Amino acid sequence: MHGTIMVFFVLTTAPFAAFGNFFLPIQVGAEDMPFPHFNMMSFWVTFVAFLVLVTSFFAGDGPTLGGWTQYAPLSAIGAVGGPGQGLGVVLWAASIGIFCIGQLLGSLNFITTTLDMRTRGMSLMRLPLSAWGWFITSVMGLTAFAVLMPACILLILDHVAGTSFFVASNLVINDQVLPHSGGSTLLWQHLFWFFGHPEVYIAIIPGMGIVSHVLITNMRKPMLSHRVLIYSMGALGALSYMVYGHHMFVSGMNPVSSLAFSFPTLVITIPSTIVVLMWLGSLYGSKLRINSASLFSLGFISMFISGGVSGFFLAQPSIDIMLHATYFVVGHFHLVMGVAAMFGIFAGTYFWFPKMTGRMMNETLGKTHFVLSFIGAYCIFMPFHYLGIAGNVRRYQAFTDDYLIPLIPVHKFITYSAIFTGLVQLIFVFNLIHSRFKGAVAPNDNPWEGTSLEWSTATPPPHNNFGDKMPVVYHDPYQYSVEGASADYIMQTSPEKINSPDEEK
Amino acid sequence: MSQADLSIHGQVSRTGATEIMTAPTFSVSAKKMAMWLFIIADSATFAGCLVAYGFTRNATPNWPRPFHSITNVAVMTFILLTSSLTMLIGVRSAQKGDKAGAFRWTLITAAFGILFAVLHIREWMGMIGEGATLFHNPWGTPLFSSLFFSITGLHLLHVTGGVVALIAVALKYQGGRYGADDLEVTGLYWHFVDLVWMFVVPLVYLLNLAH
Repeated sequence: MHGTIMVFFVLTTAPFAAFGNFFLPIQVGAEDMPFPHFNMMSFWVTFVAFLVLVTSFFAGDGPTLGGWTQYAPLSAIGAVGGPGQGLGVVLWAASIGIFCIGQLLGSLNFITTTLDMRTRGMSLMRLPLSAWGWFITSVMGLTAFAVLMPACILLILDHVAGTSFFVASNLVINDQVLPHSGGSTLLWQHLFWFFGHPEVYIAIIPGMGIVSHVLITNMRKPMLSHRVLIYSMGALGALSYMVYGHHMFVSGMNPVSSLAFSFPTLVITIPSTIVVLMWLGSLYGSKLRINSASLFSLGFISMFISGGVSGFFLAQPSIDIMLHATYFVVGHFHLVMGVAAMFGIFAGTYFWFPKMTGRMMNETLGKTHFVLSFIGAYCIFMPFHYLGIAGNVRRYQAFTDDYLIPLIPVHKFITYSAIFTGLVQLIFVFNLIHSRFKGAVAPNDNPWEGTSLEWSTATPPPHNNFGDKMPVVYHDPYQYSVEGASADYIMQTSPEKINSPDEEK
Repeated sequence: MSQADLSIHGQVSRTGATEIMTAPTFSVSAKKMAMWLFIIADSATFAGCLVAYGFTRNATPNWPRPFHSITNVAVMTFILLTSSLTMLIGVRSAQKGDKAGAFRWTLITAAFGILFAVLHIREWMGMIGEGATLFHNPWGTPLFSSLFFSITGLHLLHVTGGVVALIAVALKYQGGRYGADDLEVTGLYWHFVDLVWMFVVPLVYLLNLAH
């Protein structure tokens, strides 16, 4: 349930659906998305999905034990698989199936907004990087969730209609031969991970966009190359469909398939590395304005690198056989997509809070929140790698084996760190609520001196985003420190003529 | 400009600010683009099901081949293909301003859809009569009927939804609330349902024809 709630209902909804629904139409210069009803439906459908999932805590013998991957056959055999594996799994699959509908509606809106609703002068290459992040994510969400939905329906059929898509013949559980016959447990993994791997990029790419947007505003200069960053994010999105088999190296899949999936997995590190180098190269020599948003952006990069480096190891089948299903994997994905995406959410919140509410968040509290979260996150997830290399398998309830007992102090340290880091988040909650009502009033519509369209409209933006006059765009999204210009930055809506050979058309 | 005229450009403005919008990237309305995107997503859904079918079929020895005749499925295919043609005629009529013709041809399309569904259900009833259910069938592995009913059921669901949509859009078109473009967008969906059937027929029917 931790995985399901975090991956689906936090990391997919917050950076993509929440910030995207608010800021994508503003950043492209549209008064609304083309299908406001879809928009509202996608929210309420997601809400219903969440309710269905939460219901499983109170129904039957509790929620599913299967985690967010819901591996067959345990997920498909019903109550004999353990508490929560009957009704709990059905509710889980129903919830995720409903969630897919919400994502489909959201993606339709995001893509049509980006392609059809841009204001005059807003070419695709003039879109801010955050808008590009949301756009690429919505293209991925369109097809990834569409494959998960039939998988969930087949899983429900296995429960309620007596089919056995995901259960092989003659399976014995608790000394009981199950009546199922003929299905394949691998099929579930194929269907799930074909969705599951794009999903982790769905969680991280909006964060990449947000962080790039925040960093550029605080560096006062554009990225080394706007286009290369966009192409790299696009390449990440496209490649993410070709690598899903790296979750299945030890599943019994044909070893040739492992090799075939290993290669694109190593290839996908190339666009990831380009993105990271683009950030670092752009940061080099810049006079970064230190505030909560830019600090969390730096934190995002740090987490993405630390978590990403372990990906090189896991991408190779021979090493993965040893590390698979150990804490090494847990540490890897928590850093690279969990904490990093959370830091992206925090960066976006500190950055856009003034635009959403008209008040600033408290910077002292924000910086404290960052420093403690940053230290806390590393204290939690770095030791996971050592545990994994030592052979500590994940999903164990207690560590009673000889070789695991000496590792228990490490687990204790992780637990204390986790409690500490969890408590630190209360600073953020307090800051959020307090600033909403009592925070310092934002000095103007553009407190960070940004250039993109959200900073040229009123605070908070009116119902149709721009009031009576739709904006007209004259410049690239990030015209900072332009030679010969009248100010440090030139808004996209500023008609000022500048002499910049690289400007996008 | 009327609502319908504006919606061709996909940018119905509540503030009257339409004229300063830039031209859409692919010069299609937002509605049409959304339908294309939905078709992409729905293709992925069907692809998922068909891959699951292929995977299972390859992994199962002695896969049953219970079909003895292609007459029924050929008739169904012919009906569905014809309905695509009548849909096309309906959309063409609407674009030429022939409201009565467009309305009539759209309803004829829906009627073909209903005929297809009736034939399909008749076929289902025949198989159920022989003892096939979602989890059992007399011909071999139960997965055959699980997958057969799931995949054709998903398609039948699309046909049913399409018939409802065709009738609803035709009525609203007749009432003047929808324009030719709405008919065209619904038509896109209908052609897609037709296209999916052209994948289902060889994979689910012809491959399982008795030797």
